[in-house]
Amino acid sequence: MSRLLVTLTMALLTLGPWLAPAQAQNTPLRIEITDGVIEPLPYAVPEFVAETQGSNQVAKDISRVIAEDLNGTGLFREIPAKAHISSITNFGSPVQYADWKAINAQALITGGVAVRGNELEVKFRVYDVFAGTELGNGLRFKGTVDGWRRMAHKVADAVYSRITGEGGYFDSRVVYVAETGPKNDRKKRLAVMDYDGANLQYLTDSSAIVLAPRFSPTGDRVLYTSYETGFPQVYVLDVGSVRRKVLSNESGTMSFAPRFSPDGKSVVMSVTEAGNTDLYQMDIGSGRRQRLTSTPSIETAPSYSPDGSKIVFESDRSGTQQLYIMNAAGGEATRISFGKGRYGTPVWSPRGDLIAFTKQHNGRFHIGVMRTDGSEERLLTASFLDEGPTWSPNGRVIMFTRETRGAGGAATLYSVDVSGRNLKPVKISGGGSDPSWSPLQ
Amino acid sequence: MKKWTTAAVLSCAVALGACTDADRFGTDSSYGSGTNSGSEGLGSSADPSSIAYFQEAVGDRVLFAVDQSTLSEEGRLVVLAQANWLLANTDYIAVIEGHADEQGTREYNLALGARRASAVQELLIAQGVAGNRIRTVSFGKERPLEVCSEESCYAENRRAVTVLTANVTG
Repeated sequence: MSRLLVTLTMALLTLGPWLAPAQAQNTPLRIEITDGVIEPLPYAVPEFVAETQGSNQVAKDISRVIAEDLNGTGLFREIPAKAHISSITNFGSPVQYADWKAINAQALITGGVAVRGNELEVKFRVYDVFAGTELGNGLRFKGTVDGWRRMAHKVADAVYSRITGEGGYFDSRVVYVAETGPKNDRKKRLAVMDYDGANLQYLTDSSAIVLAPRFSPTGDRVLYTSYETGFPQVYVLDVGSVRRKVLSNESGTMSFAPRFSPDGKSVVMSVTEAGNTDLYQMDIGSGRRQRLTSTPSIETAPSYSPDGSKIVFESDRSGTQQLYIMNAAGGEATRISFGKGRYGTPVWSPRGDLIAFTKQHNGRFHIGVMRTDGSEERLLTASFLDEGPTWSPNGRVIMFTRETRGAGGAATLYSVDVSGRNLKPVKISGGGSDPSWSPLQ
Repeated sequence: MKKWTTAAVLSCAVALGACTDADRFGTDSSYGSGTNSGSEGLGSSADPSSIAYFQEAVGDRVLFAVDQSTLSEEGRLVVLAQANWLLANTDYIAVIEGHADEQGTREYNLALGARRASAVQELLIAQGVAGNRIRTVSFGKERPLEVCSEESCYAENRRAVTVLTANVTG
């Protein structure tokens, strides 16, 4: 897989000859994601122009993936091709704004696709139809034909970014636990896929239970817990080669709930000795371990702040599971959760502003977010069993595990916006749990 | 276990850029979760030194209240009987598996299962069973015995099971 990524090193070039005129001054095209309820922005993405022989199919496929990315956010509404008045047959020709205004397309995305051997070139432009101007400059991506989906995601990320003013999240991957089999004999194996479920690959077989994989800050490695020795131990796996090594292998101790530090050099995790679970930090290179907590209570599910200075974790030191923040080197911890119920699996947002968590209250499970001081708690979901949130690279979407009740109960992946809107299942085949979202690639 | 990683890398290399076969690892039949006894026979429950006798007559498991790891009086009696049996049958070693019901988050349940297994281990050691004969492991909510989402099933799943194997190293 790393081979694929390597050949995909993309050229990202501004299309010099077609520089856009200065931005129009009247109300620029913009979605503010923080608004509570928004009307999805109507846009059109006519099929990208196939500029070489044999590029028709890939042009069509790329256009589709761009539309699926944007539609999937719930922030954009595509105006179907059959409603279009104009068609785009030449990427360089002037846009007939009136034709797109007439169908109320506020944004228009045009593009061209060329295939030369194994090389794929995709270029695109975004127009603010009602202002009658181009939004930003045209861009061109170069890669290999194999990597066409990534090129489409990159275009969609650029469009999303220009219209929302925030980073995108489409050119990203998710590592998770693929699940099959009945509840009392569940087979689990690590799997990695594009954020939209495409390009699935397994990273382990199902001969041992595997739990809670976590991407490294650069997406090249995965931490996870495996029972391959019969006891839960933390492993680090190279995604490209699928080679793995055990990190913490002390006989008689269990280790689990690992997470990378933001510099990717160390791991924070839970270690259980004599029935008591505490937090430890371990340097991956030297294997040197430092104890961060020392209490008779359960300390687990640690997650670093994006700057690496703090750790949020859960502890039952007060009698029930609650969320705490301490310095990355350990020491005094401050409780931040004070609502009714139990709080676990805190994860620091990549933007640094919010903590996502699992809450249990009155027999229901919720995914929620709160500020890092515990204020402005907001529950985003409710079900029989929701748990284990992970943030999209831009901190705007949360993916999590939802398990259904009863003997036939099964786990699947869901995503929801940080605003609580756009709750939907992630397209995977079979069951899945414990997602971890990669950074933008 | 090392073999399949190498094989996977090779098959990827052969296919070059087209390493898109999701299922690079065959399907597995074996699954060593250790929810039952070791590979040797259980023996007959009529034989008081057999694993079958331990499971059926002595009792190989104790149950716990919601979010608790303290042994109930009933559980305490079972563990005391286990201790007596282990003291009399020194050819066996034990792994105590702690489990939780599904009503909890994954990580917390792992830690909770560890507490439960440890509660059994501590009492066995207090009764004189050698510490090096007993290990503990937690499966959290990963290996439920009962699959319904009702308290009747949860009660059976909140357990610590003492799993015996013959101590081949003596």
